[in-house]
Formats: sequence, C-alpha cells, structure tokens
Amino acid sequence: MEAKTLFDKIWDAHVVKKVEGGPNVLYIDRHYIHEVTSPVAFLGLKTRGLKVFRPEKTTATPDHNVPTINQHLSITDELSRHQVEMLKKNCHEHGIVHHGLGTEGHGVVHIIGPEMGLTQPGMTIVCGDSHTSTHGAFGAIAFGIGTSEVEMVLASQCIMQPKPKKMRVTINGELGKGVTAKDIALYIISKISTSGGTGHFIEYAGSAITNLSMEGRMTLCNLSIESGARGGMIAPDETTFEYVKGRQFAPKDEEWETTLANWKELKSDKDAVFDTEYTFDAADIEPMITYGTNPGMGIGVTRPIPTTEGMEGSDKTTYLKSLQYMGYHEGDTMKGKPVDYVFLGSCTNGRIEDFRAFAAFVKGKKKAGSVTAWLVPGSKAVENQIKAEGIDKILVEAGFELRQPGCSACLAMNDDKIPEGKYSVSTSNRNFEGRQGPGARTLLASPLTAAATAVTGVISDPRELM
Amino acid sequence: MAYDKFSTIKTPAVPLPIENVDTDQIIPARFLKAVERKGFGDNLFRDWRYQKDGSPKTDFPLNNPKYSGKILVGGKNFGSGSSREHAAWAIYDYGFRVVVSSFFADIFKGNALNNGLLPVVVSPGFLQKIFDAIEKDPNTEFEVDLENQTFTILAGDESEQFEINPYKKHCLQNGLDDIDYLVEMKSQIVEFEKNKSCRFEAC
Repeated sequence: MEAKTLFDKIWDAHVVKKVEGGPNVLYIDRHYIHEVTSPVAFLGLKTRGLKVFRPEKTTATPDHNVPTINQHLSITDELSRHQVEMLKKNCHEHGIVHHGLGTEGHGVVHIIGPEMGLTQPGMTIVCGDSHTSTHGAFGAIAFGIGTSEVEMVLASQCIMQPKPKKMRVTINGELGKGVTAKDIALYIISKISTSGGTGHFIEYAGSAITNLSMEGRMTLCNLSIESGARGGMIAPDETTFEYVKGRQFAPKDEEWETTLANWKELKSDKDAVFDTEYTFDAADIEPMITYGTNPGMGIGVTRPIPTTEGMEGSDKTTYLKSLQYMGYHEGDTMKGKPVDYVFLGSCTNGRIEDFRAFAAFVKGKKKAGSVTAWLVPGSKAVENQIKAEGIDKILVEAGFELRQPGCSACLAMNDDKIPEGKYSVSTSNRNFEGRQGPGARTLLASPLTAAATAVTGVISDPRELM
Repeated sequence: MAYDKFSTIKTPAVPLPIENVDTDQIIPARFLKAVERKGFGDNLFRDWRYQKDGSPKTDFPLNNPKYSGKILVGGKNFGSGSSREHAAWAIYDYGFRVVVSSFFADIFKGNALNNGLLPVVVSPGFLQKIFDAIEKDPNTEFEVDLENQTFTILAGDESEQFEINPYKKHCLQNGLDDIDYLVEMKSQIVEFEKNKSCRFEAC
C-alpha cells in the first residue's frame, strides 16, 4: 500500500466525490461559526430557501465584536450588537447550539471548541476564520474558509476544495529557557516567510513539538496560516488523548476505548513523502519579537532589525514602507524600545497555560506605570480557571486587571483598540498595519516576552528576568 | 452568491505595486459589521485610501484620476491574512473583475473565485511589464480572455497564459456557484454519511 501522510489519511477518508477537473467534495465533521462571517451565509440559505442540513455539527459563539468589560450590559456599538444578535437569531431559527455572551460556554471560537471536547483527532474542521488552523493541534484537518463556504457547510455539510500539497516542519532538540510555542511559530515564519506555506498543509514533527503541551500545540498550529499554509497539524499522542478524555463531548466508556484505538493509528507512515520539508534546531530559537507589519518580520528579541542590504525593487520598497509605519530603522535594536500597551489574549495565546506563564512571571513584580495592559481570557472557562487557581490575585497584586472573554485587541473590531502611533506588544497573531486600531503599531511576542515588557515598560528579554 | 458571468474583458488597470497586501488593508475589520453583502466597495483599502477626517489621500492609486479600469494589479502575495470574504466582495463591489499578481494567498484566491472575481497569476517578469505599461500610459488597455486563459498587454501585444481549475472556469463563465452543485448532490452526501468509516471520528 502506498505510504500516506497523516493529512492524506484524514483527507482521503472525507472525500465524498472527486469532481472531474475540479476540487474534491470534502465532508466536514465539525463546523464552528461566529457573528462576523456567518450572517451573509444564513442570508444566502434564506434566499435559496434552504435549511441547515446537519445543525448538530455546527457550534456558534460571538467573539470578534464583543466588549471585554461590562458584558452584562447591552453592547453599545449598534452594528456590533446587531451582528451578535443576528447570530443568536440565526442559530435559534436553524437549531444550532449557540454559546451567547456571558454564558458559561462563551469564548473565542477556537478556544471553546477544544475545551468542550468538540475538537477531536481525525476530524475535518472548518470555520469562517483563518485561525481555524488551531484545531490541527489535535491531529485534525482544520482550516479557515470564506463565507460562501460557510454557506456550503450549512447547506450540505461539505465544501469543495482542491487537495493541498504537504509540508513537514521538523523541530528537533529542546527549547531553551523562556522559549515557547509562540516563539517556535514566529521563528518558522521568519525563516519560510508569510507565503512559504502557501498551497500547503503543514505537519509539525520532532521532539520539540511532541514535548509541547496541548495549549502550546494549539498556539503553534494557530499561527500556521501566517506562513500562508491552509493549516498545520500534529499527530495525536498521549498528550492529546489525555487532554480530550473526559471533556463534555469526548467519547465515553466503551466508545472511548474503540475510538482511542483508531486515533492511535493517526500518524504519517514512515515512508510517506512530503512535497516540502524543513528541519530546524530548537536550540537556535530565542524569544522572538516582530518589528514590521507582517508576522514574517520577526527576530530574536536581542537582535537588531535586519538591513536592506541585498534587497532591491518592490521588496526593498515594501520593507522600508513597513519600517516607516513602525517608526523603526534598519539596524535598530528592539530590546529597550518603549512600549505603550501589552495585550495577553486571543485565539493564539488566550488559554489557561498562557495566563499561568504570565502570572508566574509577574508574581512579586509590578506593572510599569507607563504600560496599559489588557489581559483577556480566551473563554469563560479560562476565566473561571484563572479565578479557581488564584491567578487573578497574583495579577492584581502586580498591578494588572483581568477583562472578560473575547477576541479583544487582536483585530480592532470591538472597543479594545490600540490608539494611533502607539506601540503594543501583543500575544495575538497579526501585526498588519492598523490590525489593532488605525495607525497602531503591533509587536508580536509570547506571553513571557509580553510579561517581561509589561513590568519594565520597554521591550525585554524574559530570560534576563526569570 | 449571484455574480456576472465572466467572458472576455478589455480595460485599463489600476496599479498597486505593494507586496503582501493583506486582507486587513483590503478591508479593515471595523468595516465587517454588516449582515448583508452590500456597500463594501466604499471601504475598500479604507486606511490607505482616506485620511482620518475622511478626505481622500491623493497619492493612493484608487484616488488618482489618471487610473481607471476593471483590473487591479497587485504585488506578490496578494490577499494574505484573514479568511474574510468581505475582501473579495469589496474589490468586486468597487468595480474590479480581475486581480492580477504573481502570487495569491490561498483563502483569498478561493474567495475571489467563489464571487466572480478572477484572480490571474502571472510570472514576476510579466507582472513588472504590466506595471511598466501602466506607468508609461495609464490609459493603456489589457485583455483578459478566460476561455483561452490569456492576459494580454494590448499596447505591446504581449500575452501570457494563466492557469485556472477547469471546474472553476466553467463556474465563472456560467455564473454558477458551488452551493448549487452541492445541494444537487445531497443524496450522495447522505449515502456517504451512512457508509462513512467511523475510524477517525466518534460517530
């Protein structure tokens, strides 16, 4: 039998039909929806006179538009409120489970799915959000789709997709002190660029990957899209099974045993061939920070901003435009530059482990007076866990306060916007121009680097303060 | 979603010689709050196109009266970033029918094809020739022939073939979308569900 990759195995098992000269009709096991990319899809169904085909396979929550303080009050922005209400109405009409604002199940869609055990190994998972790649951490094929495709899934539980190429990124060795999954991701993207993964689906492998917790794996897979890849995945192992076991929607009892036996088969065959392969050494990875306006513009926090030497044409123009936006210059050292805002949260770093790491770092220290810090749990469950573990008290003692769950300052769609010209060290996923607010300047980093920066007020290397 | 059938167009083009044009630039998140697919063209490239007070930035190509046409020419890695289909809607709603670049991000490309907006991938050298032709004469016309899959710089009579999936080509030429296709094959999907191997999922 032909050797197959993990990706091949799951993909091939979900192909309903191969369209001649066209894409595959791919069956979708799990569909997540939120308020921004679903209303036009529901409208499309209405126009066509269609019902949702398999409502039990879709789960909804509003996250992009929601405020992260005073969630018990009505949303003040009229358009945001309308979109959030539309999601609830559409779900109610079509029999879709909806975790509304303020409820125990509420949170960022990519955080609540895994928490509830809805995300499982071997599944095909889609959502109208590019960071759906997060769920690949469980050994699932998970990727972001457009609104037309959201409508397809609602109407038929299928989408039409050409099968992507396969890439393997192997990271061997042990990560150094203060180096996290976020740093691995930013390091990979800095090496292969924001288009290096385009047309591919990534499988992450190697000892540095298998040693990651599920939270770390989710952070890494989450950022796969930033390399241009449709998604990233990691073969499920004991860490995965341990995480899934006992969760609300995980298989139970006898079903657990049979399912587990199947999940254990989910790995790439030894001789499987990948279209593209990269191998990196974990020891080369430092705490990373971005200095430009795409996630590929990242460097070790102690390094200087690369110069334009060797660049020409539009490469050089684009690079200089980016530095100009950031207010930085070639050769500048990032460490020590002042920062105005620190954001901990988002589908990238809004999980309990991220809050534990941040809190452990700032314990006994004080937030710098010049820094405004927004600490936003990814879900109500994360918020509850933070309180149960007493992390909130540590944060308060260090001068921080906790907000309520949502996408928050990741994308400048709700009230949490970074003002024009201000610098924000952010644990989120994109540093595009204006991503956190018109004119805002985003520096992507790990929760540890964010914590170190929050207490010093300048870009800092967490290793020096641990 | 209904869109106009695509055949051949002959038109000038608007240049945007910037690389990695991401979807947050094409349409910032704060303009994604509509619940209908209307009016996104007004906010296309909002923060590059307008000052804070709403007045146009005169140096941005879309505000430059010398440029016009139904083709947008972008630098490599066009459409990176989020999955927001609003990016394709905004470009289409503004009046473009073709986006040309030497490289597109996957999700954007798929979204464009699902909305009657043709993404044309040309070689980096040919892309530069297109930019040069517009620079030389902003009124110069280009021909995009979907049937023959060619993009032609009419002034220099230089042409390049582009790739497109035959199924998607058929959809664009006939104004069809995937949802019609999928709904028609529902019995096959039901059959698939019945026979689906439960090996990888708790059924």
